[in-house]
Amino acid sequence: MTAQPQPTSSSAPSGSSERRTSVRRVVEARGLGKTFDPDGAGVTALENVDLEVSAGEFVSLIGPSGCGKSTLLRLIGDLTDATTGEVLVNGRPARQARLGREYGMVFQAPVLMDWRTVARNVELPLEVMRFPKAERERRSSRLLRLVELDDFAGKYPWQLSGGMQQRVAIARALAFDPKLLLMDEPFGALDEMTRERMNLELMRIWRETETTILFVTHSIPEAVFLSTRVVVMSPRPGRINRVIDIDLPHPRTFDTREQRRYFELVIEVREALRGIEMAVDADGGRPDERIVAEGLS
Amino acid sequence: MAGSGSVAAAPRRTVAVDLPRPRGRFRRAVLVVLVFVLVAVCWELLKWLAGDPWRINGLGLSIQHNPPFRWRLVSDLSLPHVWDIGAAFTQPIASGEPLGASLVGAALYTLRTAAIGFAAGAALGLLIGIVFVHSRLLERALVPWVVASQTVPIIAIAPIVVVALGASFVSVAVIATYLTFFPVVIASVRGLRAFDPRAGELMRSYAATPRQVLWRLRLPASVPYLFGALRIAAAASVVGTIIGELPSGIPQGLGSAILNYNQYYVTAPQRMWATIAVCTLSGLVFVGLVALAERILTSGRYRPAPAL
Repeated sequence: MTAQPQPTSSSAPSGSSERRTSVRRVVEARGLGKTFDPDGAGVTALENVDLEVSAGEFVSLIGPSGCGKSTLLRLIGDLTDATTGEVLVNGRPARQARLGREYGMVFQAPVLMDWRTVARNVELPLEVMRFPKAERERRSSRLLRLVELDDFAGKYPWQLSGGMQQRVAIARALAFDPKLLLMDEPFGALDEMTRERMNLELMRIWRETETTILFVTHSIPEAVFLSTRVVVMSPRPGRINRVIDIDLPHPRTFDTREQRRYFELVIEVREALRGIEMAVDADGGRPDERIVAEGLS
Repeated sequence: MAGSGSVAAAPRRTVAVDLPRPRGRFRRAVLVVLVFVLVAVCWELLKWLAGDPWRINGLGLSIQHNPPFRWRLVSDLSLPHVWDIGAAFTQPIASGEPLGASLVGAALYTLRTAAIGFAAGAALGLLIGIVFVHSRLLERALVPWVVASQTVPIIAIAPIVVVALGASFVSVAVIATYLTFFPVVIASVRGLRAFDPRAGELMRSYAATPRQVLWRLRLPASVPYLFGALRIAAAASVVGTIIGELPSGIPQGLGSAILNYNQYYVTAPQRMWATIAVCTLSGLVFVGLVALAERILTSGRYRPAPAL
């Protein structure tokens, strides 16, 4: 239970996840850059980003608005094209990886299909991938149990709360057993209490499914609580500023948020972000950070 | 909050969740009847003020009324009494059957042709819409022609179609199709693009084929748009059928009834008015059937839209 106050180093290749056995690279980005509207007044969203994520890791991307963290996620998912550099997912170029259905995607909004029941929403990727009907049903009922929504299989999305809808979206992303889960601020629209519950649930899912997760967030406590590594990014142009290993023990529980080491790491991430914010003269002091600071004093 | 991430079209977002309950439906029916009665009362009030003199003899009554003003607009020729129109339905016509029965027969015949034209027009419109959303080039090249097709008066086209395809219900259905497909093209182009762009990215992340995107995302997301257009198309198909029946000389439909009673308007205006009432009712029945189909297809699945 006690946290080891071991010094953290930036850009260390391995995190502190005890369960990692191999060092198989799930994501490798090299010299990655993205410029929007390259022929006009180009806006550089991302510049010269190198990132490696190993199997079983949980890596959070954090940074102020406009630092290109969502763009980085979309480049890895081949939802947009890189201007420079390259991305490998499971050793294959991003496009091949997408066509090979190697990752699952979760957005900030659940993006459920209104006309499909909860179960049929979870089955959507399986339908697209031509799984047989019996297998689809087997998987959707298993995943709805995983996200504790088995009682809602026959309901329609509008009959569910926001948090429940987001759990359906997570179940859908896991339906075809992708090795990599890309999550773009999945809990950003939820209230703080729901968010903490979802964080615990995501930790449980991560342990049970042994998926590698790349997670974009605005919330420092969330990033520290969930991750094996936190990647701090700076804006205009988007760059990786620091990488902070999170050496909190697993499994992460409700008590994790009350450990001394947790607060130290929150402060460390916060300081890293503040350095950036002072540099770009953006506003600081998000409400969740203030709560953490008060809890510490 | 709920549904902030839903995929289908925006206009239904803020609508309350309750489906119309039987009591609400009953109230609506009462309202419709109430408005009908109100219109009839106003109608007769105008005639009472400025129509032709009238009297009731019989049933032990003998009432005579001489209106204080005279307006041609509300004379018995322009605006027959409501009860005269009602009575016209029961009066026998040349064939011996009552006018009402003859008109209902004509309406069923016209509605059958309209249904064929509607189905063909809806299918054609949707097909064109699907082609357009998949090819910007074809959309740009052909949209002006689709719009132009609707600026040509249908009355000018109808005789040409009848000459070309022969005077049968087929050419009439084609004319109805011509009037029907346009709103469906416009709505389907819009509806097939109305899905949440993130849902498009989701399908992309599954490496879905364009056909899978069409069946699993574009078409279902377009349903609320499509039904809006189908209601317009249903009304248009009845009008188109009646207009098509005029030059084709088909004797069974409402078109020939209109031609016929138009000729005898001076002697029996109430028959023309009765025909108009049946035409209107036919259109309403058809639009009602489309609305019913919409409710059956979408209830519970899409967040309920306000009833029309």
